[in-house]
Formats: sequence, structure tokens, C-alpha cells
Amino acid sequence: MNITEKIIARASNKNTVSPGDVVFANVDKLMIHDVSGPGVIKVFEEWSKKGIHLENVWNPDKIWISEDHFVPSADRISAENITKLTDWAKKFGIKKHFKYGLGQYGICHTLSHEEALVLPGEFYVGGDSHTNTTGALGALAIGLGHTDIAYAMMNGRIWLKVPEAMLFKLVGKKPAHIMAKDIILKIISDIGTDGANYKTMEFSGNAVSEMSMEERLTLTNMTTEAGAKNGVIEPDAVTDEYLHQRTAGSYRPILGDDRHYLEEYTYEIEKLEPIVAKPYSPQNAAVARELQGVEVNKAYIGSCTGAKLEDLRSAAQILKGKKVKIRTEVLPAAQSIYIKAMKEGLIEIFMEAGAVVGPPTCGACCGAHMGILAKDEVCVSTTNRNFPGRMGHVESQTYLASPLVVAASALTGKITDPRDVSK
Amino acid sequence: MTLKGTVHKYNTDNIDTDVILPGPYLKIHAHDELAKHAMEGIDTDFSKKVSKGDFLLAGNNFGCGSSREHAPIALSHSGISAVIAPSFARIFYRNCVDGGYLLPLEVQKSTLEQISDKDTLEINIENNQIHDVTNGKKFSICPFPPLIKKIIDCGGLMYYKE
Repeated sequence: MNITEKIIARASNKNTVSPGDVVFANVDKLMIHDVSGPGVIKVFEEWSKKGIHLENVWNPDKIWISEDHFVPSADRISAENITKLTDWAKKFGIKKHFKYGLGQYGICHTLSHEEALVLPGEFYVGGDSHTNTTGALGALAIGLGHTDIAYAMMNGRIWLKVPEAMLFKLVGKKPAHIMAKDIILKIISDIGTDGANYKTMEFSGNAVSEMSMEERLTLTNMTTEAGAKNGVIEPDAVTDEYLHQRTAGSYRPILGDDRHYLEEYTYEIEKLEPIVAKPYSPQNAAVARELQGVEVNKAYIGSCTGAKLEDLRSAAQILKGKKVKIRTEVLPAAQSIYIKAMKEGLIEIFMEAGAVVGPPTCGACCGAHMGILAKDEVCVSTTNRNFPGRMGHVESQTYLASPLVVAASALTGKITDPRDVSK
Repeated sequence: MTLKGTVHKYNTDNIDTDVILPGPYLKIHAHDELAKHAMEGIDTDFSKKVSKGDFLLAGNNFGCGSSREHAPIALSHSGISAVIAPSFARIFYRNCVDGGYLLPLEVQKSTLEQISDKDTLEINIENNQIHDVTNGKKFSICPFPPLIKKIIDCGGLMYYKE
């Protein structure tokens, strides 16, 4: 079994499972945020009308809440969603509630690893599609809707179909101008946005072993954009070191053995060029240098995909001592990352370059608030989706790229390969 | 179970949840309010066109993108009883079934080409058959896997007993 199958087997108390099996599995961790949380509460309200009442959640210590999508509260409705969620969490004894303006908070997927809320071998479900991110820690991390999360919250279990698995072997030495973002955009362009529908995307190879945890998280984060049920990387020394810096908690890693995959792909990453996904699909990839005449109005460095500490370091390395030519917004993905970036001098680099630096939020990435695009505006962004209307007006445009490409483009006002800006 | 209604066709692949229910409305949870914005990213008049029980016909990978349950809720409360497509994104599919909002019906790619916008359809779930009353053609639906069928028959996951 591969790692995904082994975790499902453990969580469903079976010796073995095979692709296609449908099982009910015990959940180890569960997350809701300020969009899915009120959605889940609404499900419980509807169930209550039909005689099914939530007396207790299955385990309040295994549930955590993040305020991230509409914070700082965008308007009255968003503010009321937060107060509703806060009262509800108190009622059910959920203490791990990351509130903005009250210490550590940030984008839910960033907190999952930054705070080591999920550990290797665990079955984690989150009320958000990019829950896949956390699979880089060697967990089975799956995004679900409100009803499924409500069911899991009540019963501690949820049904799963054991997915077929696709293996992506990344080999060779990663050039300095290539980031995990380029690799995953290349993979999505090759297999398509439904190329991994209902399947696992597992990553291995020497380039993954040599990759930092934050870069691995970019790979698994965007498996969602290929339709994958989960993205996963087997835990190793990099995983252990990352987690030991963040938790004293112990865990039992699960590794695959006698691994079976439906399909296997190999990528020689030293051959890759910086990649940009054009509007309006993450699979719509082109080499950055082929797009160098494309003018952009805004550069956005934010989100669970592209505002981790290393993303900010990469952008700062390009922007240091320079001035941006277009509106540039930098929003670290969590308060802790913001603090680290400040101590390293990255925030000063961004602000001296002319960028605005904002608080952690999903806001502009999902077109909700705090920097949405006007009609015909063009954005180059470190985020994960560029569907019509994703970041604002339905006739705005988003080009997805690595933090290096976004920073280089901020300096020129055009899509730019990081190798083409002077050091 | 037989369903009858008018089909609303959007012959596009990868209709994503940002199109089905745009991000700014994610803060809304009242079902009727969400219904007003269904499919706003592709057709701002959608909710006015749909009558209760109607069908939505679309291309591959319908519902890709975010896990927002707002998407099937908005479609269902605008009147849509089933979405017909050659394939669905996984979270959208689960949300439709587990929430008991509407039926995701998988059909052959060729079916998409043979049904026209505004055709009247009769759909028999037990026989896995679509009858296009307007042009007289019949099409098969991929049968639901056993667990999915049981959850649908229960009316949603909350009524399902393991």
C-alpha cells in the first residue's frame, strides 16, 4: 500500500484497503474557518429543524478554528459571522480558535503546518478545498464541504473512497530561479485541471527529499487545482526537523511499502523554465519569457500558496534596493510569518520598494475584499486560482506565478522572468 | 423516482465554484439569498430563468475549485433538481449528495452534444435513463455507486445509518 492507503487502512481499522473501496474512517483532526464554520453551523440549524440535534462535538480538542477569509472583518455580515462562530466555539468547548488581533492567526492551511496542528500519519479533514496542503507533512489531508464536516464533527467519522494514486518523481538539482510553484504549474498544465480527479497525487524523488518543507507545501497545496482528493509526501528527516521546531508532540509516521500507483511521471527539474498560468485556468501555462510583453497592473504576494516565509524571502531577494513599477501588495500568510519576516528585514525591503504590506487574510485571493481587481485589471499573483472573477471583476485577469516571477514583474510592470532583472 | 423539467445548457468544461457562486457571497449563508446569485459568473439572469425542478447541463469537471457548499445550495434553491455533466469535481459531487441538495448525473460526452438548451427532459433515476421529450432521444446515466445511491435514497448523509 502507498502512504494514503496505509493511513486510510489505519483510520478505518482495516488491515488493508484497495483503490475503489468505500470505508468510514475515524478523523484525527478537523478544521473550520470563518466561511465554512458559519456554513457548518447553518447545516446544524437545518438538521435541528428536522429533529437531529448536536449535543456535543465528537472531540473539541481535535477541532480548530481559523479566522482568515473575511478578516479583518470586511463588513457587517463578516463581523457577525465571526461573533457567531466565536459564540458557537465557546458553547462546544473548542479552545484552539485562532482569532485575528489576538496573537497568532493566519490562513488555515498555513497554521496547520506553522503551528504543527496536524502530524504525520493523521487523517485530517478541513472545511476548505486547499486542505490538501497539509499532506506535505505526511498526513492524509482532505477538503470537504459543510455537510461532510458537520457529520464528521458530530460522529468523528466520514466516508471515503480509497483513491487511485499518481506518483510524481521530481529528479535532478533545482535551479535557483525555479520554485515549487513552477513545478506544480507545469504538472497541472500537463495533466489538466481534472487530471487527478478523485485521485491522490504523491511526490517523491531526490528533488523532493532536498526540498524544504515550505516548498513541499506549495506542491501539495495546488494538487487541488488538478482535482486531486489529496496531495501527499512521505515524511522524512526534513519533516521531523520542521515539526520538532514547532511541537513537542510525538507522532508515528506512516510510510508506504509495496507501493502501487496507477500512473507514474518523472520530471527533470533542472530543465524547467519559470512558468506562468494565464487566465482563466491554472492549467493554462506558458513559459514566463514567452509572456514578457504582457503588461500587468498589480503584483500580489499572498495566500496559503505563496506567502510563506520562503516565498517572502524569494520576493525580497528580487525587490531589495529596487522600486516597484506597479501596485504591489504583500500579505504574509500568518502572524508568526509576518514577525519572522520583520525580524529578517523583509518587511522593510518590501515597503522601501514601494509595496503595501497588509495583515494575513485570504481576502484578495478569493476576490472577497482587501485588494480586489477592477474590470480589465491584470494581476500577477502567487496565489492558486485564476478562474473568471476569482480575484475581483469577472473581466479582470490573473496570471499565477512563483514569488520570484511576481516580484520580478512588479519591478518591470510586465510578466518577467527573474533571471531578466539585474541583481 | 422520475424528474421532469427544462434543461439549461452551458456547453463549457471546468465550470468552477467561483462561477457558480462568486467569492464575495461566501459570507452569506441564507439559502434563498444565495439562490439569487447562482451561476452569476457565467449568466447573471440564471436564477430568473430557472423553474423548480429544472436541470443544468454542462461540460466536464463541473464544480471544480473550492469546497464551498454555497455552490450546490445556490443551484438547488434556484430550482435546479439535477446537474447533468460528463464528469464532476469531487467535493462538489459529495456536497450535492451528502447535503441532499440535488443529483449529480454523469453522462457520456456525446449526450452533451445531443441535448439542446431549453429541451424538456424526463429523468428516471431507477432506470438510469434520460428521455429528451423535445427531440425524442434517450440517453443513459452512469449508475450511482452503491453507497452514493443509499445516501441519496435516505435524503442525505445525516439520515444515513452506517
